Amino acid sequence: MQITLDSDDFTELGADLGPRDPLQFPGYAERLAANRERSGLNEAAVAGEGTTGGHRVVLVVMDSHFIMGSMGTVVGEKVARAAEHAVTNALPLVVFSASGGARMQEGILSLMQMAKTAAAIGRLDDAGLLYISVLTDPTMGGVSASFAFLGDVILAEPGALIGFAGPRVIEQTIRQKLPNGFQQAEFLKEHGFVDAVVPRNRLKDTLVKIIAMHQAG
Amino acid sequence: MPTVYDFERPISELETKIEELKQFSVEKGLNLKQEIEVLAERAAALKKDIYGDLSPWQKVLIARHPDRLGSRDYIERFCGEYIELHGDRAFGDDPAVIGVVGRMNGYMVTVVGHQKGRDTKENLARNFGMLHPEGCRKVLRLARQAEKFRRPLICLLDTPGAHCGIGAEERGQAEAIARNLAALSTLRVPVVVVVIGEGGSGGALALGVGDRLLMQEHAVFSVSSPEACATILWKDAGRAREAAEVLKMTAQDLLSLGVIDEIVPEPLGGVHRDPAQAAEMLRESLFRNLNELCRMDLEQLLRARYHKYRTIGNL
Repeated sequence: MQITLDSDDFTELGADLGPRDPLQFPGYAERLAANRERSGLNEAAVAGEGTTGGHRVVLVVMDSHFIMGSMGTVVGEKVARAAEHAVTNALPLVVFSASGGARMQEGILSLMQMAKTAAAIGRLDDAGLLYISVLTDPTMGGVSASFAFLGDVILAEPGALIGFAGPRVIEQTIRQKLPNGFQQAEFLKEHGFVDAVVPRNRLKDTLVKIIAMHQAG
Repeated sequence: MPTVYDFERPISELETKIEELKQFSVEKGLNLKQEIEVLAERAAALKKDIYGDLSPWQKVLIARHPDRLGSRDYIERFCGEYIELHGDRAFGDDPAVIGVVGRMNGYMVTVVGHQKGRDTKENLARNFGMLHPEGCRKVLRLARQAEKFRRPLICLLDTPGAHCGIGAEERGQAEAIARNLAALSTLRVPVVVVVIGEGGSGGALALGVGDRLLMQEHAVFSVSSPEACATILWKDAGRAREAAEVLKMTAQDLLSLGVIDEIVPEPLGGVHRDPAQAAEMLRESLFRNLNELCRMDLEQLLRARYHKYRTIGNL
Protein backbone atom coordinates (compact mmCIF):
# COMPACT_ATOMS: atom_id res chain seq x y z
CA MET A 1 0.00 0.00 0.00
CA GLN A 2 2.85 2.36 0.85
CA ILE A 3 4.45 1.41 -2.43
CA THR A 4 1.34 2.22 -4.45
CA LEU A 5 -0.07 5.35 -2.87
CA ASP A 6 1.36 8.86 -3.21
CA SER A 7 1.02 9.79 0.45
CA ASP A 8 -0.59 8.78 3.73
CA ASP A 9 -3.85 10.21 2.47
CA PHE A 10 -5.93 7.04 2.70
CA THR A 11 -9.51 6.60 3.84
CA GLU A 12 -10.13 3.07 4.97
CA LEU A 13 -13.35 1.26 4.06
CA GLY A 14 -14.81 -1.33 6.39
CA ALA A 15 -12.37 -0.59 9.21
CA ASP A 16 -15.22 -1.52 11.53
CA LEU A 17 -15.19 -5.11 10.28
CA GLY A 18 -13.52 -7.29 12.85
CA PRO A 19 -12.92 -11.06 12.83
CA ARG A 20 -16.02 -13.22 13.11
CA ASP A 21 -16.60 -16.88 13.82
CA PRO A 22 -20.03 -17.47 12.27
CA LEU A 23 -19.92 -21.29 12.42
CA GLN A 24 -18.41 -21.47 15.92
CA PHE A 25 -15.70 -23.57 14.30
CA PRO A 26 -13.52 -25.40 16.84
CA GLY A 27 -10.28 -23.52 17.52
CA TYR A 28 -11.04 -20.71 15.07
CA ALA A 29 -11.66 -17.88 17.55
CA GLU A 30 -8.28 -18.59 19.18
CA ARG A 31 -6.59 -18.74 15.78
CA LEU A 32 -8.07 -15.37 14.81
CA ALA A 33 -6.91 -13.82 18.06
CA ALA A 34 -3.40 -15.24 17.68
CA ASN A 35 -3.15 -13.99 14.09
CA ARG A 36 -4.31 -10.54 15.09
CA GLU A 37 -1.69 -10.39 17.78
CA ARG A 38 1.14 -11.73 15.66
CA SER A 39 0.46 -9.78 12.45
CA GLY A 40 -0.88 -6.57 13.94
CA LEU A 41 -3.67 -6.80 11.31
CA ASN A 42 -7.31 -7.16 12.12
CA GLU A 43 -8.04 -9.31 9.04
CA ALA A 44 -6.43 -10.55 5.83
CA ALA A 45 -7.34 -7.48 3.73
CA VAL A 46 -7.32 -3.69 3.96
CA ALA A 47 -9.52 -1.60 1.65
CA GLY A 48 -9.80 2.11 1.09
CA GLU A 49 -9.53 5.14 -1.14
CA GLY A 50 -6.29 6.96 -1.88
CA THR A 51 -4.23 8.65 -4.58
CA THR A 52 -1.66 7.12 -6.89
CA GLY A 53 0.21 9.16 -9.52
CA GLY A 54 -2.34 11.89 -8.86
CA HIS A 55 -5.32 9.64 -9.59
CA ARG A 56 -7.97 8.81 -7.02
CA VAL A 57 -8.34 5.02 -6.75
CA VAL A 58 -10.03 2.42 -4.61
CA LEU A 59 -7.46 -0.02 -3.35
CA VAL A 60 -7.62 -3.43 -1.67
CA VAL A 61 -4.47 -5.07 -0.37
CA MET A 62 -4.50 -8.62 0.96
CA ASP A 63 -1.94 -9.96 3.37
CA SER A 64 -1.02 -13.64 3.36
CA HIS A 65 0.41 -13.36 6.87
CA PHE A 66 -3.12 -13.44 8.28
CA ILE A 67 -4.33 -17.09 8.13
CA MET A 68 -2.72 -17.50 4.69
CA GLY A 69 -4.63 -14.49 3.41
CA SER A 70 -7.65 -16.74 3.22
CA MET A 71 -11.04 -15.25 2.34
CA GLY A 72 -13.85 -15.48 4.86
CA THR A 73 -16.82 -13.19 5.33
CA VAL A 74 -14.76 -10.14 6.37
CA VAL A 75 -12.38 -10.25 3.40
CA GLY A 76 -15.31 -10.84 1.05
CA GLU A 77 -17.21 -7.91 2.56
CA LYS A 78 -14.22 -5.58 2.20
CA VAL A 79 -13.74 -6.48 -1.47
CA ALA A 80 -17.46 -6.04 -2.17
CA ARG A 81 -17.56 -2.68 -0.36
CA ALA A 82 -14.49 -1.54 -2.27
CA ALA A 83 -16.09 -2.44 -5.61
CA GLU A 84 -19.34 -0.70 -4.64
CA HIS A 85 -17.43 2.36 -3.44
CA ALA A 86 -15.68 2.45 -6.81
CA VAL A 87 -19.05 2.31 -8.60
CA THR A 88 -20.61 5.02 -6.41
CA ASN A 89 -17.67 7.37 -6.89
CA ALA A 90 -16.79 6.34 -10.47
CA LEU A 91 -13.24 5.42 -9.51
CA PRO A 92 -10.91 2.70 -10.76
CA LEU A 93 -10.36 -0.32 -8.53
CA VAL A 94 -6.97 -1.90 -7.87
CA VAL A 95 -6.75 -5.15 -5.89
CA PHE A 96 -3.53 -6.79 -4.72
CA SER A 97 -4.34 -10.43 -4.03
CA ALA A 98 -2.31 -12.69 -1.76
CA SER A 99 -4.25 -15.69 -0.58
CA GLY A 100 -4.19 -19.41 -0.07
CA GLY A 101 -7.89 -19.51 -1.00
CA ALA A 102 -11.19 -19.74 0.81
CA ARG A 103 -11.13 -19.91 4.60
CA MET A 104 -12.16 -23.42 5.67
CA GLN A 105 -13.26 -22.30 9.14
CA GLU A 106 -16.13 -20.26 7.74
CA GLY A 107 -17.33 -23.14 5.57
CA ILE A 108 -20.07 -22.44 3.05
CA LEU A 109 -20.05 -18.74 3.98
CA SER A 110 -16.47 -18.49 2.69
CA LEU A 111 -17.50 -20.16 -0.55
CA MET A 112 -20.34 -17.69 -0.95
CA GLN A 113 -17.88 -14.79 -0.71
CA MET A 114 -16.65 -15.90 -4.12
CA ALA A 115 -20.11 -15.32 -5.59
CA LYS A 116 -20.52 -12.08 -3.66
CA THR A 117 -17.22 -10.54 -4.76
CA ALA A 118 -17.69 -11.71 -8.37
CA ALA A 119 -21.17 -10.14 -8.41
CA ALA A 120 -19.75 -6.87 -7.08
CA ILE A 121 -17.11 -6.87 -9.84
CA GLY A 122 -19.98 -7.53 -12.27
CA ARG A 123 -21.51 -4.20 -11.22
CA LEU A 124 -18.17 -2.48 -11.81
CA ASP A 125 -18.15 -3.96 -15.31
CA ASP A 126 -21.68 -2.72 -15.97
CA ALA A 127 -20.61 0.75 -14.85
CA GLY A 128 -17.72 0.71 -17.33
CA LEU A 129 -15.08 1.20 -14.66
CA LEU A 130 -11.51 -0.02 -14.72
CA TYR A 131 -10.43 -2.87 -12.49
CA ILE A 132 -6.76 -3.82 -12.31
CA SER A 133 -6.01 -7.08 -10.49
CA VAL A 134 -2.48 -7.64 -9.24
CA LEU A 135 -1.65 -11.23 -8.39
CA THR A 136 1.08 -11.58 -5.77
CA ASP A 137 2.54 -14.66 -4.13
CA PRO A 138 0.40 -16.73 -3.63
CA THR A 139 -3.01 -16.25 -5.30
CA MET A 140 -4.92 -19.52 -5.13
CA GLY A 141 -8.27 -21.25 -4.73
CA GLY A 142 -11.32 -19.23 -3.84
CA VAL A 143 -9.59 -15.89 -4.42
CA SER A 144 -8.09 -16.70 -7.82
CA ALA A 145 -11.43 -18.31 -8.76
CA SER A 146 -13.38 -15.14 -7.99
CA PHE A 147 -12.42 -11.46 -8.03
CA ALA A 148 -8.68 -11.95 -8.71
CA PHE A 149 -9.20 -13.32 -12.23
CA LEU A 150 -11.89 -10.81 -13.18
CA GLY A 151 -9.61 -7.85 -13.78
CA ASP A 152 -9.80 -5.90 -17.04
CA VAL A 153 -6.05 -5.96 -16.77
CA ILE A 154 -4.29 -8.67 -14.76
CA LEU A 155 -0.72 -8.14 -13.60
CA ALA A 156 1.39 -10.64 -11.69
CA GLU A 157 4.57 -10.38 -9.66
CA PRO A 158 7.55 -12.43 -10.91
CA GLY A 159 7.61 -15.97 -9.53
CA ALA A 160 4.24 -15.63 -7.76
CA LEU A 161 2.38 -18.91 -7.31
CA ILE A 162 -0.99 -18.56 -9.04
CA GLY A 163 -3.63 -21.19 -9.66
CA PHE A 164 -6.72 -22.97 -8.45
CA ALA A 165 -5.55 -26.15 -6.71
CA GLY A 166 -2.36 -26.05 -4.66
CA PRO A 167 0.69 -27.80 -6.14
CA ARG A 168 0.87 -30.31 -3.27
CA VAL A 169 -2.75 -31.29 -3.74
CA ILE A 170 -2.20 -31.76 -7.48
CA GLU A 171 0.94 -33.85 -6.90
CA GLN A 172 -0.93 -36.07 -4.47
CA THR A 173 -3.85 -36.41 -6.86
CA ILE A 174 -1.91 -37.28 -10.01
CA ARG A 175 1.03 -38.93 -8.24
CA GLN A 176 3.71 -37.30 -10.34
CA LYS A 177 6.10 -34.40 -9.99
CA LEU A 178 4.97 -31.11 -11.44
CA PRO A 179 7.03 -29.48 -14.20
CA ASN A 180 9.42 -26.66 -13.29
CA GLY A 181 7.78 -23.27 -13.13
CA PHE A 182 4.28 -24.77 -13.05
CA GLN A 183 1.70 -22.25 -11.71
CA GLN A 184 4.24 -19.45 -11.58
CA ALA A 185 3.40 -15.99 -12.90
CA GLU A 186 5.44 -16.53 -16.07
CA PHE A 187 3.63 -19.83 -16.74
CA LEU A 188 0.29 -18.05 -16.41
CA LYS A 189 1.39 -15.37 -18.86
CA GLU A 190 2.54 -18.02 -21.32
CA HIS A 191 -0.89 -19.67 -21.12
CA GLY A 192 -2.72 -16.42 -21.66
CA PHE A 193 -4.05 -15.73 -18.17
CA VAL A 194 -2.10 -12.62 -17.17
CA ASP A 195 -1.31 -9.54 -19.22
CA ALA A 196 2.12 -8.78 -17.82
CA VAL A 197 4.60 -9.94 -15.20
CA VAL A 198 5.79 -6.82 -13.42
CA PRO A 199 8.45 -6.59 -10.68
CA ARG A 200 7.45 -4.69 -7.57
CA ASN A 201 9.72 -1.69 -8.26
CA ARG A 202 7.93 -1.06 -11.58
CA LEU A 203 4.44 -1.80 -10.34
CA LYS A 204 3.39 1.72 -9.39
CA ASP A 205 4.50 3.21 -12.71
CA THR A 206 2.66 0.46 -14.58
CA LEU A 207 -0.53 0.97 -12.59
CA VAL A 208 -0.44 4.74 -13.03
CA LYS A 209 0.12 4.37 -16.76
CA ILE A 210 -2.83 1.98 -17.16
CA ILE A 211 -5.11 4.17 -15.02
CA ALA A 212 -4.14 7.29 -16.99
CA MET A 213 -5.02 5.53 -20.25
CA HIS A 214 -8.52 4.85 -18.91
CA GLN A 215 -9.30 8.36 -17.74
CA ALA A 216 -11.98 10.18 -19.68
CA GLY A 217 -10.82 12.67 -22.30
CA MET B 1 -26.12 -55.52 -5.32
CA PRO B 2 -27.47 -52.19 -4.11
CA THR B 3 -25.21 -50.24 -1.78
CA VAL B 4 -26.29 -50.49 1.86
CA TYR B 5 -24.45 -48.42 4.45
CA ASP B 6 -23.75 -49.84 7.91
CA PHE B 7 -26.22 -47.52 9.59
CA GLU B 8 -28.95 -48.68 7.19
CA ARG B 9 -28.30 -52.38 7.76
CA PRO B 10 -30.98 -53.00 10.42
CA ILE B 11 -33.56 -51.60 7.98
CA SER B 12 -32.44 -53.64 5.00
CA GLU B 13 -32.27 -56.81 7.13
CA LEU B 14 -35.83 -56.32 8.23
CA GLU B 15 -36.93 -55.56 4.68
CA THR B 16 -35.27 -58.74 3.42
CA LYS B 17 -37.05 -60.72 6.12
CA ILE B 18 -40.41 -59.28 5.08
CA GLU B 19 -39.73 -60.19 1.45
CA GLU B 20 -38.78 -63.73 2.46
CA LEU B 21 -41.90 -64.11 4.53
CA LYS B 22 -44.07 -62.85 1.67
CA GLN B 23 -42.50 -65.32 -0.72
CA PHE B 24 -42.81 -68.13 1.79
CA SER B 25 -46.49 -67.43 2.30
CA VAL B 26 -47.10 -67.53 -1.45
CA GLU B 27 -45.09 -70.71 -1.95
CA LYS B 28 -46.67 -72.57 0.91
CA GLY B 29 -50.12 -71.04 0.56
CA LEU B 30 -50.02 -69.81 4.17
CA ASN B 31 -51.67 -66.70 5.50
CA LEU B 32 -48.87 -64.73 7.22
CA LYS B 33 -50.48 -61.37 6.78
CA GLN B 34 -50.43 -60.51 10.46
CA GLU B 35 -46.77 -61.44 10.95
CA ILE B 36 -45.82 -59.45 7.89
CA GLU B 37 -47.76 -56.44 9.06
CA VAL B 38 -46.03 -56.48 12.44
CA LEU B 39 -42.64 -56.59 10.77
CA ALA B 40 -43.60 -53.86 8.32
CA GLU B 41 -44.62 -51.63 11.18
CA ARG B 42 -41.33 -52.28 12.89
CA ALA B 43 -39.46 -51.47 9.69
CA ALA B 44 -41.36 -48.20 9.30
CA ALA B 45 -40.58 -47.20 12.89
CA LEU B 46 -36.94 -48.13 12.45
CA LYS B 47 -36.70 -46.09 9.25
CA LYS B 48 -38.18 -43.09 10.98
CA ASP B 49 -35.70 -43.50 13.83
CA ILE B 50 -32.61 -43.98 11.71
CA TYR B 51 -33.36 -41.70 8.77
CA GLY B 52 -35.02 -39.05 10.87
CA ASP B 53 -31.85 -38.34 12.76
CA LEU B 54 -28.97 -38.61 10.31
CA SER B 55 -25.56 -37.25 11.28
CA PRO B 56 -23.81 -34.90 8.83
CA TRP B 57 -21.48 -37.72 7.77
CA GLN B 58 -24.40 -40.06 7.14
CA LYS B 59 -25.91 -37.35 4.97
CA VAL B 60 -22.64 -37.13 3.03
CA LEU B 61 -22.93 -40.88 2.39
CA ILE B 62 -26.56 -40.59 1.29
CA ALA B 63 -25.69 -37.62 -0.94
CA ARG B 64 -23.07 -39.84 -2.59
CA HIS B 65 -25.23 -42.95 -2.85
CA PRO B 66 -24.61 -44.60 -6.24
CA ASP B 67 -28.36 -45.04 -6.79
CA ARG B 68 -29.17 -41.40 -6.06
CA LEU B 69 -30.64 -39.67 -9.10
CA GLY B 70 -28.22 -37.54 -11.09
CA SER B 71 -28.71 -34.59 -13.44
CA ARG B 72 -29.54 -36.76 -16.43
CA ASP B 73 -32.15 -38.73 -14.48
CA TYR B 74 -34.01 -35.56 -13.55
CA ILE B 75 -33.73 -34.18 -17.09
CA GLU B 76 -35.22 -37.38 -18.47
CA ARG B 77 -38.01 -37.37 -15.90
CA PHE B 78 -38.85 -33.66 -16.25
CA CYS B 79 -38.45 -33.01 -19.97
CA GLY B 80 -41.03 -34.16 -22.46
CA GLU B 81 -38.38 -33.68 -25.09
CA TYR B 82 -34.86 -32.36 -24.95
CA ILE B 83 -31.69 -32.09 -26.94
CA GLU B 84 -28.25 -32.37 -25.39
CA LEU B 85 -25.64 -29.81 -26.44
CA HIS B 86 -21.91 -30.38 -26.26
CA GLY B 87 -18.68 -28.48 -26.06
CA ASP B 88 -17.26 -25.15 -24.95
CA ARG B 89 -16.31 -24.01 -28.50
CA ALA B 90 -12.76 -23.45 -27.32
CA PHE B 91 -11.12 -26.66 -26.22
CA GLY B 92 -13.41 -29.66 -25.87
CA ASP B 93 -16.47 -31.26 -24.35
CA ASP B 94 -16.30 -31.97 -20.63
CA PRO B 95 -18.29 -35.13 -19.81
CA ALA B 96 -18.39 -34.12 -16.11
CA VAL B 97 -21.05 -31.54 -17.02
CA ILE B 98 -24.11 -32.00 -19.21
CA GLY B 99 -26.32 -29.37 -20.76
CA VAL B 100 -29.65 -29.59 -22.56
CA VAL B 101 -32.40 -27.46 -24.03
CA GLY B 102 -35.71 -29.01 -23.15
CA ARG B 103 -39.42 -28.57 -22.78
CA MET B 104 -40.64 -28.86 -19.18
CA ASN B 105 -44.10 -28.13 -17.78
CA GLY B 106 -44.80 -25.82 -20.71
CA TYR B 107 -41.49 -23.96 -20.46
CA MET B 108 -38.53 -24.08 -22.78
CA VAL B 109 -35.57 -24.23 -20.42
CA THR B 110 -31.83 -24.74 -20.45
CA VAL B 111 -30.63 -27.24 -17.88
CA VAL B 112 -26.98 -27.70 -16.94
CA GLY B 113 -25.69 -30.06 -14.30
CA HIS B 114 -22.71 -31.97 -13.01
CA GLN B 115 -22.91 -35.59 -14.05
CA LYS B 116 -21.36 -38.44 -12.09
CA GLY B 117 -21.33 -42.01 -13.34
CA ARG B 118 -23.55 -44.89 -12.28
CA ASP B 119 -20.65 -47.35 -12.11
CA THR B 120 -16.87 -47.27 -12.02
CA LYS B 121 -16.52 -47.26 -15.78
CA GLU B 122 -18.89 -44.35 -16.30
CA ASN B 123 -17.43 -42.56 -13.29
CA LEU B 124 -13.99 -42.71 -14.83
CA ALA B 125 -15.37 -41.40 -18.14
CA ARG B 126 -17.19 -38.57 -16.34
CA ASN B 127 -14.33 -37.90 -13.92
CA PHE B 128 -16.71 -38.39 -10.95
CA GLY B 129 -18.48 -35.15 -11.88
CA MET B 130 -15.31 -33.10 -11.31
CA LEU B 131 -15.30 -30.49 -14.02
CA HIS B 132 -12.39 -29.03 -15.99
CA PRO B 133 -12.26 -25.43 -17.26
CA GLU B 134 -13.97 -26.56 -20.46
CA GLY B 135 -16.88 -27.78 -18.31
CA CYS B 136 -17.23 -24.33 -16.76
CA ARG B 137 -17.04 -22.73 -20.19
CA LYS B 138 -19.65 -25.10 -21.59
CA VAL B 139 -21.97 -23.96 -18.81
CA LEU B 140 -21.16 -20.33 -19.59
CA ARG B 141 -21.84 -20.87 -23.28
CA LEU B 142 -25.21 -22.49 -22.59
CA ALA B 143 -26.09 -19.81 -20.03
CA ARG B 144 -25.44 -17.09 -22.62
CA GLN B 145 -27.50 -19.04 -25.12
CA ALA B 146 -30.36 -19.28 -22.62
CA GLU B 147 -30.12 -15.51 -22.17
CA LYS B 148 -30.27 -14.94 -25.92
CA PHE B 149 -33.41 -17.07 -26.30
CA ARG B 150 -34.89 -15.85 -22.99
CA ARG B 151 -35.09 -19.33 -21.52
CA PRO B 152 -34.86 -19.80 -17.76
CA LEU B 153 -31.72 -21.62 -16.62
CA ILE B 154 -31.79 -24.56 -14.22
CA CYS B 155 -28.50 -25.62 -12.61
CA LEU B 156 -28.19 -29.01 -10.91
CA LEU B 157 -25.21 -29.37 -8.56
CA ASP B 158 -23.57 -32.70 -7.84
CA THR B 159 -19.80 -32.68 -7.63
CA PRO B 160 -17.09 -33.26 -5.03
CA GLY B 161 -15.27 -30.27 -6.57
CA ALA B 162 -13.40 -28.99 -9.60
CA HIS B 163 -10.74 -31.25 -11.07
CA CYS B 164 -7.18 -30.92 -9.74
CA GLY B 165 -4.58 -31.49 -12.43
CA ILE B 166 -2.00 -30.06 -14.79
CA GLY B 167 -4.30 -29.57 -17.78
CA ALA B 168 -6.99 -27.92 -15.64
CA GLU B 169 -4.47 -25.38 -14.36
CA GLU B 170 -2.95 -24.77 -17.81
CA ARG B 171 -6.37 -24.02 -19.20
CA GLY B 172 -7.31 -21.68 -16.36
CA GLN B 173 -9.53 -23.48 -13.87
CA ALA B 174 -9.63 -20.44 -11.60
CA GLU B 175 -10.37 -17.99 -14.40
CA ALA B 176 -13.13 -20.24 -15.76
CA ILE B 177 -14.87 -20.47 -12.37
CA ALA B 178 -14.49 -16.73 -11.73
CA ARG B 179 -16.00 -15.91 -15.13
CA ASN B 180 -19.03 -18.11 -14.44
CA LEU B 181 -19.70 -16.48 -11.08
CA ALA B 182 -19.66 -13.01 -12.57
CA ALA B 183 -21.73 -14.02 -15.60
CA LEU B 184 -24.40 -15.91 -13.66
CA SER B 185 -24.76 -13.07 -11.17
CA THR B 186 -25.90 -10.76 -13.97
CA LEU B 187 -27.52 -13.24 -16.39
CA ARG B 188 -30.72 -11.69 -17.72
CA VAL B 189 -33.00 -14.72 -17.29
CA PRO B 190 -34.33 -16.44 -14.16
CA VAL B 191 -31.85 -18.96 -12.71
CA VAL B 192 -32.81 -21.73 -10.27
CA VAL B 193 -30.04 -23.71 -8.60
CA VAL B 194 -30.66 -27.09 -6.95
CA VAL B 195 -28.08 -29.04 -4.98
CA ILE B 196 -29.08 -32.62 -5.80
CA GLY B 197 -26.16 -34.47 -4.22
CA GLU B 198 -22.88 -33.07 -3.03
CA GLY B 199 -21.87 -29.51 -3.70
CA GLY B 200 -18.15 -29.13 -3.19
CA SER B 201 -16.03 -25.99 -3.57
CA GLY B 202 -15.68 -23.69 -6.55
CA GLY B 203 -16.47 -26.55 -8.89
CA ALA B 204 -20.00 -26.59 -7.51
CA LEU B 205 -20.34 -22.82 -7.21
CA ALA B 206 -19.44 -22.42 -10.90
CA LEU B 207 -23.04 -23.58 -11.49
CA GLY B 208 -24.36 -22.24 -8.22
CA VAL B 209 -25.31 -18.59 -8.63
CA GLY B 210 -28.99 -17.91 -9.22
CA ASP B 211 -32.23 -16.36 -8.01
CA ARG B 212 -33.24 -19.35 -5.93
CA LEU B 213 -30.93 -21.78 -4.20
CA LEU B 214 -32.72 -25.03 -3.35
CA MET B 215 -31.27 -28.06 -1.67
CA GLN B 216 -32.59 -31.56 -1.34
CA GLU B 217 -33.10 -32.73 2.21
CA HIS B 218 -30.01 -34.93 2.39
CA ALA B 219 -27.77 -33.01 -0.01
CA VAL B 220 -24.61 -31.35 1.31
CA PHE B 221 -22.87 -28.17 0.16
CA SER B 222 -19.64 -26.66 1.43
CA VAL B 223 -16.42 -24.82 0.79
CA SER B 224 -14.73 -28.16 0.10
CA SER B 225 -15.41 -31.86 0.40
CA PRO B 226 -14.96 -33.06 3.99
CA GLU B 227 -11.91 -35.06 2.84
CA ALA B 228 -10.25 -31.96 1.36
CA CYS B 229 -11.13 -29.89 4.42
CA ALA B 230 -9.60 -32.50 6.75
CA THR B 231 -6.46 -32.56 4.60
CA ILE B 232 -6.13 -28.79 4.62
CA LEU B 233 -6.84 -28.29 8.32
CA TRP B 234 -5.38 -31.40 9.90
CA LYS B 235 -3.32 -32.95 7.06
CA ASP B 236 -5.38 -36.11 7.49
CA ALA B 237 -8.12 -37.04 5.00
CA GLY B 238 -9.13 -39.82 7.41
CA ARG B 239 -10.75 -37.21 9.63
CA ALA B 240 -13.39 -36.43 6.99
CA ARG B 241 -16.23 -37.52 9.27
CA GLU B 242 -15.12 -34.98 11.86
CA ALA B 243 -14.80 -32.29 9.17
CA ALA B 244 -18.36 -33.02 8.02
CA GLU B 245 -19.58 -32.37 11.58
CA VAL B 246 -17.91 -28.97 11.96
CA LEU B 247 -18.31 -27.64 8.39
CA LYS B 248 -22.08 -27.15 8.78
CA MET B 249 -22.75 -28.51 5.31
CA THR B 250 -26.22 -30.06 5.56
CA ALA B 251 -29.32 -28.53 3.98
CA GLN B 252 -30.67 -27.84 7.47
CA ASP B 253 -27.48 -25.96 8.42
CA LEU B 254 -27.53 -23.94 5.21
CA LEU B 255 -31.14 -22.95 5.69
CA SER B 256 -30.44 -21.68 9.19
CA LEU B 257 -27.32 -19.84 7.95
CA GLY B 258 -29.52 -18.09 5.39
CA VAL B 259 -27.59 -19.49 2.42
CA ILE B 260 -30.38 -21.47 0.78
CA ASP B 261 -34.02 -20.54 0.17
CA GLU B 262 -35.73 -23.87 0.56
CA ILE B 263 -35.21 -27.53 1.47
CA VAL B 264 -36.74 -29.94 -1.03
CA PRO B 265 -38.06 -32.98 0.86
CA GLU B 266 -36.86 -36.46 0.01
CA PRO B 267 -38.59 -39.80 0.54
CA LEU B 268 -37.80 -41.30 3.93
CA GLY B 269 -34.18 -42.49 3.82
CA GLY B 270 -33.23 -40.53 0.74
CA VAL B 271 -33.78 -40.23 -2.99
CA HIS B 272 -32.37 -43.70 -3.71
CA ARG B 273 -35.11 -45.38 -1.65
CA ASP B 274 -37.89 -44.05 -3.87
CA PRO B 275 -36.61 -42.26 -6.98
CA ALA B 276 -40.03 -41.73 -8.54
CA GLN B 277 -41.39 -39.97 -5.46
CA ALA B 278 -38.16 -38.00 -5.07
CA ALA B 279 -38.45 -36.70 -8.63
CA GLU B 280 -42.03 -35.59 -8.01
CA MET B 281 -41.00 -33.76 -4.86
CA LEU B 282 -38.28 -31.91 -6.73
CA ARG B 283 -40.57 -31.18 -9.66
CA GLU B 284 -43.10 -29.50 -7.37
CA SER B 285 -40.53 -27.24 -5.73
CA LEU B 286 -38.63 -26.46 -8.92
CA PHE B 287 -41.67 -25.35 -10.90
CA ARG B 288 -43.25 -23.46 -8.07
CA ASN B 289 -40.06 -21.40 -7.81
CA LEU B 290 -39.67 -21.08 -11.55
CA ASN B 291 -43.26 -19.86 -11.91
CA GLU B 292 -42.67 -17.18 -9.29
CA LEU B 293 -39.45 -16.00 -10.90
CA CYS B 294 -40.88 -15.90 -14.41
CA ARG B 295 -43.61 -13.54 -13.22
CA MET B 296 -41.09 -11.08 -11.75
CA ASP B 297 -39.85 -7.97 -13.49
CA LEU B 298 -36.33 -8.66 -14.82
CA GLU B 299 -34.64 -5.61 -13.30
CA GLN B 300 -36.21 -6.38 -9.95
CA LEU B 301 -35.07 -9.99 -10.30
CA LEU B 302 -31.47 -8.93 -10.95
CA ARG B 303 -31.46 -6.51 -8.02
CA ALA B 304 -32.80 -9.25 -5.75
CA ARG B 305 -30.19 -11.71 -7.01
CA TYR B 306 -27.38 -9.27 -6.27
CA HIS B 307 -28.81 -8.52 -2.84
CA LYS B 308 -29.10 -12.22 -2.06
CA TYR B 309 -25.40 -12.95 -2.55
CA ARG B 310 -24.34 -9.56 -1.23
CA THR B 311 -25.90 -10.26 2.15
CA ILE B 312 -25.11 -13.96 2.65
CA GLY B 313 -22.95 -14.25 5.75
CA ASN B 314 -24.06 -10.90 7.20
CA LEU B 315 -25.52 -12.60 10.22
